[in-house]
Amino acid sequence: MLGYPFSDLTSRGTTWRRGIAAAALAVPTLLAGCGGSQDTLAPHSHAASDISNLFWVMTGIAFGGLALVTGLLVWAWVRRRRRGFGSTDPDDPHPGEKPAWFVVVGGGVVFPLMVVIALFIVGDWAIINVTEAPSASSTTLTVDAVGHQWYWAFRYPGTKAVTADEMHIPVDTRVNLVATTADVIHSFWVPELNRKIDTIPGQQNRILLYANKVGVYRGQCAEFCGLQHAHMGMLVFVQPKAQFQAWLRKQAAPAAAPATALARQGQDAFLSGPCSSCHTIRGTSARGFVGPDLTHLASRTTLAGVLIPNSRTYLAHWIVDSQHFKPGNQMPDFHLGRSKLDSLVAYLEGLR
Amino acid sequence: MSAAAYEERLERMWQSRPGVLGWLMTTDHKRIGLLYFWTTLVLFAAGGTEALIMRTQLIQPNQHVVGPSTYDELFTMHGVTMIFFFIIPMTTGAFGNYLLPLMVGARDMAFPRMNALSYWIFLGSGIFIYTSLFIGQAPNAGWFDYLPLANAKYDPGHAIDFYCLGIIFNGISSSLTAGNFIVTILKMRAPGMSFNRMPLFCFAFLAASWGLLFALPSLTADTIFLFLDRNIGTHFFDIAKGGSALLWQHLFWIFGHPEVYILIVPAFGIATEIIPAFTQRRVVAFPLVAVAELLVVFIGFGVWAHHMFATGMPTVTVVFFAAATGVVVIPSTIQVFAWCMTFVTGNAQFKTPLLFIAGFIFMFVAGGLTGIMFLAVPFDQQVTDTYFVIAHFHYIIFGAAVFPIFGGLYFWFPKVTGKLYFELPGQISFWIIFIGTNLLFFPMHLVGLAGMPRRNYTYPSGLGWGADNLAETIGSYITTVGIVVLLANLVYSYFRGEPAGPDPWHGATLEWTIPSPPPEYNFAVIPKVSSAYANWDYEDRAEDRRKLAEGIMVLEQGHEQPVSSPVDGWWAEIVEMPHDSPWPIVLALAMAVVFILLLLHLWMGFCFGLAGVVLALLGWHGEEPQEREA
Repeated sequence: MLGYPFSDLTSRGTTWRRGIAAAALAVPTLLAGCGGSQDTLAPHSHAASDISNLFWVMTGIAFGGLALVTGLLVWAWVRRRRRGFGSTDPDDPHPGEKPAWFVVVGGGVVFPLMVVIALFIVGDWAIINVTEAPSASSTTLTVDAVGHQWYWAFRYPGTKAVTADEMHIPVDTRVNLVATTADVIHSFWVPELNRKIDTIPGQQNRILLYANKVGVYRGQCAEFCGLQHAHMGMLVFVQPKAQFQAWLRKQAAPAAAPATALARQGQDAFLSGPCSSCHTIRGTSARGFVGPDLTHLASRTTLAGVLIPNSRTYLAHWIVDSQHFKPGNQMPDFHLGRSKLDSLVAYLEGLR
Repeated sequence: MSAAAYEERLERMWQSRPGVLGWLMTTDHKRIGLLYFWTTLVLFAAGGTEALIMRTQLIQPNQHVVGPSTYDELFTMHGVTMIFFFIIPMTTGAFGNYLLPLMVGARDMAFPRMNALSYWIFLGSGIFIYTSLFIGQAPNAGWFDYLPLANAKYDPGHAIDFYCLGIIFNGISSSLTAGNFIVTILKMRAPGMSFNRMPLFCFAFLAASWGLLFALPSLTADTIFLFLDRNIGTHFFDIAKGGSALLWQHLFWIFGHPEVYILIVPAFGIATEIIPAFTQRRVVAFPLVAVAELLVVFIGFGVWAHHMFATGMPTVTVVFFAAATGVVVIPSTIQVFAWCMTFVTGNAQFKTPLLFIAGFIFMFVAGGLTGIMFLAVPFDQQVTDTYFVIAHFHYIIFGAAVFPIFGGLYFWFPKVTGKLYFELPGQISFWIIFIGTNLLFFPMHLVGLAGMPRRNYTYPSGLGWGADNLAETIGSYITTVGIVVLLANLVYSYFRGEPAGPDPWHGATLEWTIPSPPPEYNFAVIPKVSSAYANWDYEDRAEDRRKLAEGIMVLEQGHEQPVSSPVDGWWAEIVEMPHDSPWPIVLALAMAVVFILLLLHLWMGFCFGLAGVVLALLGWHGEEPQEREA
């Protein structure tokens, strides 16, 4: 028996509704466990830390500028005289005009020009170079990130590996990330590793991806792409090089054959039912390309754009009621019979 | 005749029809300004309500106040409303219409009936675009409306058609207003008001009007292309058929960035009127400030691609636009220091209007400094499309456009109503709004740096975004309270305020030389002007009074107004001004019908609608301006 927390997922009765309500309550606490943060000021690459350092310097200067202007206003308040209106001196309509001109030209032209030129040199000459996309074939690894409404497909050119929402890269390795789109404009962004890059129809935009520390980094689509823009997260797993190679070999292999009778039933249901028209499982006849590739679904830690954990319970709920979690997503709710759902979940859980 | 008799004769010559009909047919710039004011106030409430619903949805992670489709409509309508239906019509439509002719010493705008037409088109476009919300088809692809998300495949239905047509319709109104302002400023100035004697307010509106006139065509072309793509099957933005998705963004931001200056430069104009009045000092470095007001709009046309640094443009292009973005900083810093030094060297009296201007300078500098950061392309590309950018441009748009609007409301309230507002509640309203907006917008920097992208209807817990969002939402409620206090104070003051007299602040410009509220003919005598601070030229004002007694420069023989040469302000000729007319509202109505028929794809009907517009134009031109003397 599968461990669903609710007695009956498939009936349309009140129990089911209450169950979904319970799941909704459960979502926030569980989501925190989906791993990774996406803080631009917690860099884990030289590119992101250069940008972060630049930010701190700019912020220091900015606070100085704001303090200067605020100081002038406060000074005016301190030396205000309560002379009342109509007190302009006709003999001197411009008191203190000459020194004021010096402040206006010095503070309004000379000083900002100096700051702007310095910032331009540091930001748009030095840092732009180290954060820029690597020149062609200068990297050992290329990853294609393809934005879809609403998930990320990651391909590893040269291998058959395709995954969704969770990509793996080796540590201390320059990766050439090619960002494209299957539909509308998205934006690939993993703030702790580098700046973002939009996916533009008809363009192959690239960005450098590099991590100097093993770990999990969260990213998210940054360009509004429709109803579920908010739930188009991704995780970047940075692994030691050997582990990464092992992962890649496994991802490139076709799907595991179902191991149990229940899972075999599930495979039949998958291939004969609507699932296969949208999803691909390499090594089977399922060749759909609307939804994510499910060949190694069970090797992923999350579902639905890093929204929910990839557990048996959530997987089952996702299949019958994905519209609850991600309203407007392209997968309709499937009101499957209990036995069919059990077998389907058993099959998908075996796709390691 | 005596002075009183001249005034009575002018009154008879210039008065509007009584009652509602008078308002529907009015060509008086002051009445049109008030119509704009009340309409934009309603739309401000709508846009503000949309923002409050969004802030309530985002108060904590995983909330369900609204769903994703409603949220998308809310942020789209909030942006469209605040930009096209609140700030532009509030600054140009309300403040500009009411005040510009008064400041240049004219009796009306250069084209009074076109002015009325602008308003009725604006009202029509506002009703048009809000109809979409009530029939559940509100635009939902953001005010920036990127392609291909907004094409017929990804956004079927009428939502984006409402957007395209509403923007085009509204753009006609803004273009007419801009043209009218330019001609008014160049030609209707009182004789003697050469360019160097023109108030800074007028320089600001001249700059913003030129900006509108040159920026809007790009947006209009863009939205026409999109409408055709969606409805006729053209392929301007369709990559599969040789179009370009990025074309939309370029055309949009060629409009969109000058638009930022179009929003804030009129507010600079308001600031440069309030500061001299409450410091009793002429603005420091006057010529520099005047040139800076014009330059900021001009340079603003060269920086549009900094909205697109993440789209994968070639590095050389990106760096060029980054450099241009650095240059546009300079005219703004010039103005900031000129304002501050006027505060310092003058006799600053921190009454409510000046408090709002001090708040405006603080907010504008804070928002401007984060703006300078965006010229560092790698940093821009890190924080673009996050809440950091929302923080930046709300400091600019709320801080640098809305704060001066609030300050201006208090400043000119006595002029428009003839009553003084109450000072203490005024200052309280400032502090509530100032604290509220900073609590609302400052944490957005932090949450953006912490990685929160824009336009998300909800966000997960565990990323450290909850506390900042809670603070922002509380800030939005506090800001709302402050705005309610401000408006309540003005309403109460309207009924209970002390009489203001013509010049409660000892203001610098010509509107303070005439009674409050101003008579319909504005100036009984075409005023003499020998500086940009005409009300402080006491000898000129004495001479005006002498002339009125003798009937010189009164122009009481007809519905008349002098026209002067554009640069020197020499007396050129006297022109007959048009009277009230039903044609502006009729023409606007005919145009509204055309846009509705376009929306409904009734192409034959559309042709008939166009014929209706032509007929209305013929009717308009069939009626010559004529005297209506008793």
